Amino acid sequence: MADAKSRVAAKEQAPELRVKNFKEVAMGYNEEEAIAEASRCLECKNPRCVAACPVSVKIPQFIKHVKDADFLGAAQVIHEDSSLPAICGRVCPQESQCEGSCIRGIKGQPIAIGKLERFVADWSREKGLIVNKTTVSNNKKVAVVGSGPAGLSCASDLAKFGYNVTVFEALHVPGGVLEYGIPEFRLPKSIVNYEISNLEKMGVVFEPDVVIGRTISVDDLMAKEGYCAVFIGSGAGLPKFMHIAGENLNGVVSANEFLTRVNLMRAFDSDYDTPVYVGKNVVVVGGGNVAMDAARCAVRLGAKVTVVYRRSEKELPARREEVVHAQQEGIAFQYLSNPVQIIGNAKGWVEGIECVKMELVPSKDGGRNSVVEIPNSNFNVSCDMVIMALGTSPNPLISSTTPGLKVEKWGGISLSDPSGETYRKGVFAGGDAVTGAATVILAMSAGRKAAKAIDEYLKGISCN
Amino acid sequence: MFKIVKKQVLAPSVFLFEVEAPRVANAAKPGQFVIVRARDHGERIPLTIADYNKELGTVTIVVQELGVSTKLICNAEVGDFYVDVVGPLGNPSEFLHLDDSTLKSQRFLFVAGGVGAAPIYPQVKYLYGKGASVDVILGARNTELLILKEEIKKTCNNLYVATDDGSEGHKGLVTDVLNYLITSNGKIYDNVVTIGPMVMMKFVALCTKKYGIKTIASLNTLMVDGTGMCGACRVSVGGVTKFTCVDGPEFDAHLVDFDEAMCRLNMYKTEEGKKLKEEEEKNHQCRIGRYA
Repeated sequence: MADAKSRVAAKEQAPELRVKNFKEVAMGYNEEEAIAEASRCLECKNPRCVAACPVSVKIPQFIKHVKDADFLGAAQVIHEDSSLPAICGRVCPQESQCEGSCIRGIKGQPIAIGKLERFVADWSREKGLIVNKTTVSNNKKVAVVGSGPAGLSCASDLAKFGYNVTVFEALHVPGGVLEYGIPEFRLPKSIVNYEISNLEKMGVVFEPDVVIGRTISVDDLMAKEGYCAVFIGSGAGLPKFMHIAGENLNGVVSANEFLTRVNLMRAFDSDYDTPVYVGKNVVVVGGGNVAMDAARCAVRLGAKVTVVYRRSEKELPARREEVVHAQQEGIAFQYLSNPVQIIGNAKGWVEGIECVKMELVPSKDGGRNSVVEIPNSNFNVSCDMVIMALGTSPNPLISSTTPGLKVEKWGGISLSDPSGETYRKGVFAGGDAVTGAATVILAMSAGRKAAKAIDEYLKGISCN
Repeated sequence: MFKIVKKQVLAPSVFLFEVEAPRVANAAKPGQFVIVRARDHGERIPLTIADYNKELGTVTIVVQELGVSTKLICNAEVGDFYVDVVGPLGNPSEFLHLDDSTLKSQRFLFVAGGVGAAPIYPQVKYLYGKGASVDVILGARNTELLILKEEIKKTCNNLYVATDDGSEGHKGLVTDVLNYLITSNGKIYDNVVTIGPMVMMKFVALCTKKYGIKTIASLNTLMVDGTGMCGACRVSVGGVTKFTCVDGPEFDAHLVDFDEAMCRLNMYKTEEGKKLKEEEEKNHQCRIGRYA
């Protein structure tokens, strides 16, 4: 019997092997391991994990089913609240949500809720057991803009309610950030494709290569194409730069560009036509999940990588697991350092980055520590590529071409109601397009909430 | 899937395609571009919209074979399909906002090089049709590579030609003609629009700056998504970083840092060359020993 204080270890590809491939790093539990881990659950009467889950998955109930080896029962419980469990089990920041509030975590390791969720979702997918019911159509058309987590979950619920749903995607494949952002080794694309084909089986139509705001406007979707309501889940896709000298040198790219070339365009595979430049010595600026993804992709493409982050290890916003994986893969971390300029050679290529040392200063209101520069502490790191992973903001293309939509100063779409209603009648929004860059699970939750709100709205009006 | 309904050879390795893309055709305006992927594993290639027909639902693109991906686009035949044609992307030309009476009093000079003749054609046609005065300078390496000359000639006031080898028109650069028109020919222009190789646009801009003529350049930078997501198309305009795909593709040519833009354009030259070589080796069937 395993020590009840520590969790059942999940198999992973060894670091020295995985840095040479793009296959999934975490291999997940098998049935015995899942049951053993599930048996550690205390089945709390007032489960704190459920309260900490953005979509309130009934965690102790599904874990109880796993404990009893009733995996189908577990899958059904999860499915009531989450439409993308195989994805969330892999990419949710569990340590700050369900697992972070698990009672077991006080005197030991919390239950590996994410890994159990993943196990159940994978098990039911491989067995083909969870089949979404198709509902009789009510002949009302709803358009979903964007096919990332918010759009997919919104489309899924709307289809269950009986709407004819079309999902418009600007890129050539659906999936949004799940496709272009999160690498194969963290979220295999076969899982994303499975979720999308599931939606297609429910009658959801995907139309790629349509840039709403350019190819067709939201107005025309409603006035000319007969959509009774529109959900905007267009994400936060605009990369931020630091606006320091040398940022336009060759070899300086946004994490979005690097990840899009590698993940969406599959530049790591010689069967694909898109090229990707990878330096020998790569500096990644930033400390979030996107920074970890970019760093770990660069390692797999043969680079020596250093992550430059302006705060300390404790403040890294990335999921703990990604940081640990990155460290195991030989990625160096230069904490408390902030770039001040990028240095180029005569040919216009990057050859180094000048940073300044930073110092943490406790905030007066007890919030997150702030950082200040230490004067005259500048130092150079030599490198032939810099990847900027500083975050993203919503694309203004839709908000600027949709009259009546209100936008926050920083570009997020304003809601007139937390359910997802915007200031434009019949138009709803959710996910990163509203909140700015956040997580898959929050976007999924917003998509589901908006689906409910759209259903309420359309029940009350005649359409077509 | 987007069906090719017309293919025309405009010059050696330069082709015109009309492609069925009803949504794009319906929304397209002069100055915008599309992104085309020839096949499933293909690269996303930005191409300026050379023309469009809303009734037929087609857009016209002109493509020059340069690397693997443009070659794939060029190899397609009538009846074939491109897997993706997305657009229209970027902002429409600025002069679309001018009203008809203003346009009538405006004197335009278009300076196009190589395949740049394709995107200027709909603009020239539009402005000439509105009664503006429109002169055009077309430049190419040689007479064979001059494209759409007859079409453009019919829809402008004066057409001037410059070729590197002198096989047609002036032997030399488009900027020679530009200087001649203004200094010796007494021509006056309110606007210059230039589309073509980055280096040509750089020198056109330097030249018109000297004369103080407002000049617009349409930039052909590297791109991946074309919707503002990647930033590969970054360009410095008046010291501020802009994204060609969403802030352009047309910018005030006097403010563009062309040297930086040319450098950035070459970023993937070596990678592309490598890929082309690989592809040729793959397709090359070794004949050694065949007749043994």
